[in-house]
Amino acid sequence: MTEPAVADSRGDRPAGERVPAIEAVDVSRTYQLDGVSVEALRGVSLTVQPGDYVALVGPSGSGKSTLMHLLGGLDRPTGGRLVIGGRDVNALAPPEMATLRNETIGFVFQAFHLLPRTSAVENVALPLVYRGVSARQRRERAAAMLGRVGLGHRLDHRPNQMSGGEQQRVAIARALVTEPTVLLADEPTGNLDSVTGAALLELLEQLNAESGVALVMVTHDQEVAARAHRRITMRDGVVVADSAASAHPPSAGTADLPAHDRPPSVDHGRPATLVSAPSAEPRSASGSGPGHPSGGSGGAAGATGRLPHDVERPGGTP
Amino acid sequence: MRVAEAWRVALDALRANRLRSALTMLGVIIGVASVVLLVAIGTGTKQKVEQQVEGLGSNLLLVVPGRIEVGNAPVVSPLTLKDVDAVTRVVGDPDRVAVTVASGATARAGARSDFTTVQGVLETTPAVFTRSLARGRYLTGTDVDTSRRVAVLGDSVARALFPDRDPLGQQVALAGVRFRVIGVFAPLGQSLGVDRDDEVHVPVTAAQRLWGTQRVDGIAVKAPDRERIDELGERIVAELNRRHPDTEFSAVTQQQILGVLGDILGVLTGVLAAIAGISLLVGGVGVSNIMLVSVRERTREIGLRKAVGARPRDIGVQFLLEAVLLTTIGGLTGMALGVGTALLVDALSPIPAAITWWSLALAFGVSAVVGIVFGVVPAQRAGRLDPVVALRTE
Ligand SMILES: Nc1ncnc2c1ncn2[C@@H]1O[C@H](COP(=O)(O)OP(=O)(O)O)[C@@H](O)[C@H]1O
Ligand SMILES: [Mg+2]
Repeated sequence: MTEPAVADSRGDRPAGERVPAIEAVDVSRTYQLDGVSVEALRGVSLTVQPGDYVALVGPSGSGKSTLMHLLGGLDRPTGGRLVIGGRDVNALAPPEMATLRNETIGFVFQAFHLLPRTSAVENVALPLVYRGVSARQRRERAAAMLGRVGLGHRLDHRPNQMSGGEQQRVAIARALVTEPTVLLADEPTGNLDSVTGAALLELLEQLNAESGVALVMVTHDQEVAARAHRRITMRDGVVVADSAASAHPPSAGTADLPAHDRPPSVDHGRPATLVSAPSAEPRSASGSGPGHPSGGSGGAAGATGRLPHDVERPGGTP
Repeated sequence: MRVAEAWRVALDALRANRLRSALTMLGVIIGVASVVLLVAIGTGTKQKVEQQVEGLGSNLLLVVPGRIEVGNAPVVSPLTLKDVDAVTRVVGDPDRVAVTVASGATARAGARSDFTTVQGVLETTPAVFTRSLARGRYLTGTDVDTSRRVAVLGDSVARALFPDRDPLGQQVALAGVRFRVIGVFAPLGQSLGVDRDDEVHVPVTAAQRLWGTQRVDGIAVKAPDRERIDELGERIVAELNRRHPDTEFSAVTQQQILGVLGDILGVLTGVLAAIAGISLLVGGVGVSNIMLVSVRERTREIGLRKAVGARPRDIGVQFLLEAVLLTTIGGLTGMALGVGTALLVDALSPIPAAITWWSLALAFGVSAVVGIVFGVVPAQRAGRLDPVVALRTE
């Protein structure tokens, strides 16, 4: 495949329509294990729009992590089409995938994955190293980001000097220091106690609202899933339900934020799109927008986000 | 990722695993140090031997029975003083001809004794070889003609037998026969662990009588000039062959001795360097091993770095630089250690050692190359790791 994916994925879009952050069309992923094929994903289609807040739920082994890896460009689908940040991953070589991840994706893992024996600020600055940012600038930006997650006073502490909650905050700062369009969090509170976990979720929701980064989070917590703007349920490698949360109350952090802190592109009312996979249930409600405080908050880019035709978009053209 | 940044990351990684880095380097350190040290000893030995051979005197021609070759057993000499006269006629100048008949013997003076080498010689020895006396006088023609039992002692022998007395005029018993000390040599020192001052010179005639033999072991001739030295050698050998048709004779010059010795010591140095090189290679394999372990241990780190945007090349370069840093830091340390040890050996032991720049450059270059060669495989493996699999690793 030599045709640039960018033109391909945008070409049939009406003028003014927003470019999705991630677009998966009939994506499958089959693992080969000792000659046995494991179909971890069997035809998943979904679109993540900038600023989305998506909860990904489903039983263990249903393919959530596999999907997260694909959405983040860490892995490639064995079938279907996956476009991240306007680029078709099938057309990208490994180094280009790495650059794509660096520029558009932030990961938060259950296991934190901080570099040991490395200070918080250096951990946060790590993605900038691979962007060729100067050491001084890296430190400045990483320090600022640590300030935003409430760790401005612990820049030079090492992971082993921090609690689990603090470590995960460092990981969040690292994920966001590059100002990605999508933050992928796979069970980010899985290793934390419930109180710490709740605080961390609040932080994630606040950052999502503040900076307009789309948040896709795997969670087992129904309450959390209910707070998300949209809930995607998986089972056996397919999406079985995709719903906007009926009524998501404004998250505590969001309400307190001054309006000017929100970039114009933030549009939480915008539902993500789902093109049904073969075995998937019929699409459920779209348009979760009403009631969200920031919905349509003067952002020019978000204005056309709710056009009906956007809800169902045919899969990729060849 | 910038190059400077990559170096910093590699250095940080080594620092984070200080003990392991040090242990890994140890192999390289020992390898490089032994290359430097052994080459220094080989070179130093060669230089010293060359000095000593040159110090024998110039335009020297040594005539011995048998063939001068490495590994040839010494031949019992058929030469007698009559042959020496014949050689003197060929040379045309008796002052240029020296002989030796040597044997080990116990020298005794009063209650003290010393096992030494007794050399039966002509009075020409100090002129043919460069030897000088510290005290007294050397043998004279009369001493030789009349088989007088007089002796000139080497410095060590004089010290051993007469530690607190002037040896001149004293009696020494050589193999039970009394000789009078008439002179003491100026000290020469050691060469290749052999004490060159452990000898006693007596008239060749007296020595022959002492051992009941007519034999002469070898003849040395100081040629009048360098140009005709080979021709003179041929004429002497021809004369001796005429007199002893059954025996082969050789006449060798200093240049030939130097050539042979140089070859032997060159090979020796090469072998030493090769042995040391093997230990350097083993050190390299150690680096490779540790880097592979390091890649496995830091699989999660690699996965994480890839997740945040490291390209396969960035990871590969990081691990390659780590390996190169390990071996070059190890190489520099090994060089310092090797040079230090060589200087100590040279100063404190009889073994000579001389530092050569090429051995330093070679050792350092080889260790850097070892780092690259043995770092490539682990680095490639790290670069190719699947980030998803890597992050899942426990
Ligand atoms: N690297 C892999 N090799 C083989 N099978 C895998 C691999 N990763 C995941 N799987 C399988 O794919 C399925 C989905 O796994 P995963 O995406 O981790 O599910 P979840 O995150 O929802 O628990 C499981 O059956 C799992 O065993
Ligand atoms: Mg999972």
